[in-house]
Amino acid sequence: MAGDGGALEEFIDVFRGKLFQYTLMMCGHRADAEEVAQDTLMQVFQHFGQLREPEHVRAWVFRIARNACSMKRRKSVYAPDRELSLDELMPRWKQQDGERRLEIADWSRLPEDALLEGEMKAKLHEAIVALPDIYRSVVLLRDMEGLSTAETSQVLEVSEDVVKTRLHRGRLAVRQKLDEYLAGAAV
Amino acid sequence: MTKAECKEVFALLSQYLDGELPEDVCEQMDRHIGDCPPCVEFLASLKKTAALCRQMEVEEKPPELAEEARASLVEAYRRFAD
Ligand SMILES: [Zn+2]
Repeated sequence: MAGDGGALEEFIDVFRGKLFQYTLMMCGHRADAEEVAQDTLMQVFQHFGQLREPEHVRAWVFRIARNACSMKRRKSVYAPDRELSLDELMPRWKQQDGERRLEIADWSRLPEDALLEGEMKAKLHEAIVALPDIYRSVVLLRDMEGLSTAETSQVLEVSEDVVKTRLHRGRLAVRQKLDEYLAGAAV
Repeated sequence: MTKAECKEVFALLSQYLDGELPEDVCEQMDRHIGDCPPCVEFLASLKKTAALCRQMEVEEKPPELAEEARASLVEAYRRFAD
């Protein structure tokens, strides 16, 4: 990894910055997120020798971070943990010109490769942060951090099927919030 | 296309997007979606949502590390690296 002192310091800063992105979205409080990122880095360095499967290093690091977050978590910050049902995340149906249609916003105004910026970015952030913890943790790891289903299941210590179900519901809940925004705003 | 069929499709759309469905289920989904405008529309909105989530990053940076904390991290790193 890092050789001389300068490179090591830089490595620590970059690694800590990456961890902070995740811990801030996961714990909410800035002060907690800083502390958790630092604790995680310390634990990673201290226990690196115990890592049995180097190919799973990312999952291992996120698992340490996640455990450190849950120790800190102040329950009041985010929506309480509750199950989201598929029914509440589905758009309603309507009849229009004799056809059965969904009541959803016009997403065709948003290009496939739309860049995440401005108000849309703020709305997305809001939507992710508002997710109950069990869904937010999966969306962060799978979509934001790009972990595989198998890695995410190792981090969260739940089955791969649970990861898939939670990812879908998490995305649906985010989709619903963005839908409300798109329906109301001239994007 | 009945609402009940669409509902079954809705339940699997993330796995469909992520290429995690068995081939036969995927083919059934292809057939339904190919013939169902509401499912096409809904799938597009979910796909865009996932694409935006993948771009999400936090711009906030943590404050500079305190000297003491930095020193203990450097020490911990050196201990495992040696
Ligand atoms: Zn359909």
